[in-house]
Amino acid sequence: MDALIAQFFNLDIMAQAAPLILRGLGMTLLVCAAVVPLGLAGGLMAALAGRAHSRIARFVVAALVDLFRAVPPLVLLIFVYAGLPFAGLRLSPFAAVCVAFFLNTSAYYGEIYRAGLDSVGAGQREAARSTGLTAWQAMAFVVIPQAVRNVLPDLVSNTVEVVKLTSLASVVALPEMLYSADMARSVTYNSSPIVLAALIYLVLLWPVVRLVSRMEHRLGG
Amino acid sequence: MDRGALFLDTFFKRELIARYLPDILKGMVVTIEIAVLVVITGIALGLALALIRSLRWRLLNIPIVAFVDVARALPPLVLILVVYFGLPNVGILLPSYAVLWLVLSLLLAAVAEEIFWAGILSVRKGQWEAARSTGLGYAQTLFHVVLPQAVRLTVPPLTNRTIAITKNTALGTVIGVPEILNQATTAESFSLNATPLMMGAIAYLVLFVPVVMFGRYLETRFAWRRA
Repeated sequence: MDALIAQFFNLDIMAQAAPLILRGLGMTLLVCAAVVPLGLAGGLMAALAGRAHSRIARFVVAALVDLFRAVPPLVLLIFVYAGLPFAGLRLSPFAAVCVAFFLNTSAYYGEIYRAGLDSVGAGQREAARSTGLTAWQAMAFVVIPQAVRNVLPDLVSNTVEVVKLTSLASVVALPEMLYSADMARSVTYNSSPIVLAALIYLVLLWPVVRLVSRMEHRLGG
Repeated sequence: MDRGALFLDTFFKRELIARYLPDILKGMVVTIEIAVLVVITGIALGLALALIRSLRWRLLNIPIVAFVDVARALPPLVLILVVYFGLPNVGILLPSYAVLWLVLSLLLAAVAEEIFWAGILSVRKGQWEAARSTGLGYAQTLFHVVLPQAVRLTVPPLTNRTIAITKNTALGTVIGVPEILNQATTAESFSLNATPLMMGAIAYLVLFVPVVMFGRYLETRFAWRRA
């Protein structure tokens, strides 16, 4: 039992590693501040393009969404970070993380928006158009607000996934929270720094997880 | 060299494709094996937890809910690193593929429990009462009346989450599981060429595009039946 505590909950080591891990937390929040808005915007564009009149546009969007949902995000990230330099495109870890996760999260948010747009009856758009709103106005002021409200739990739940996703940035040496914690682990030969990082993730995300679980406690409700 | 040839030479170099194809295929086998094991143990454990929760014993419910919440709030890579680097220091030695299997199974179990439980809740109370009033016992009602209806509702969300979690087998590369991504990055560092990475990405597409399309099919098929 003592060995377990010394290995996973060593307070001295946690205190030593805390400044480094908190700096990592700053980077994690910065990455989230970049990736979440990018993904929300990209997803909305994907969902709107998926309803275009042009058959080709619809096909291309569906193919891209399936492509980026099928490739594991870590594979996409390593491809962008380690593969593209061979083609002459060298990105910093931060830029590589933003590009890779923009593509991945846009696909997921896009699918959620798609379900939301489908859930708004055609009558809403027709009524809006008949009052003299243009197609874009009807979309922006009538359809999209209702669509977003209908899929709000999914949007929030996917945002939790995005925050968790940013921990993969440690693999391309972006000094976010997990990277910092793992550095402290390799110096101290002790897992407590990673446990501390885990606790911080828990404090950040647990309230949101609770909230989502309350919002979606019934399927099809 | 013109641009087209340079592109092919960077991402689709023929000698390298021939040289590393066996490694990538070996990686695909490892990925499939771990993914299948994770799906089986994760969903079985998740269903078992949901059934226990349906007994509504507070003493058992609290740990189940706590487990599900923690698993949903923690990034998978954090858990993998804690288990992989922490357990040997307290005397438990697990090979890296077992760590990957264990962590992903627990994560899938948490998600599956949540979805099965939501499915059980969404079956109306009248169904329980009607079944019980015909003389069925609690377990009979659960297995013959409630679960068959609940499972139908859970198929689309469960498929999507299962796909997302099986894709996390790629995280195994961080602890040295010789799956697709690990084989691809190793080959890339030996060959100093992006071709193996492209092969790895294509290998994932070959495995997962059909699964993603199947998930979408299930979603549309089950959606319109919902009341």
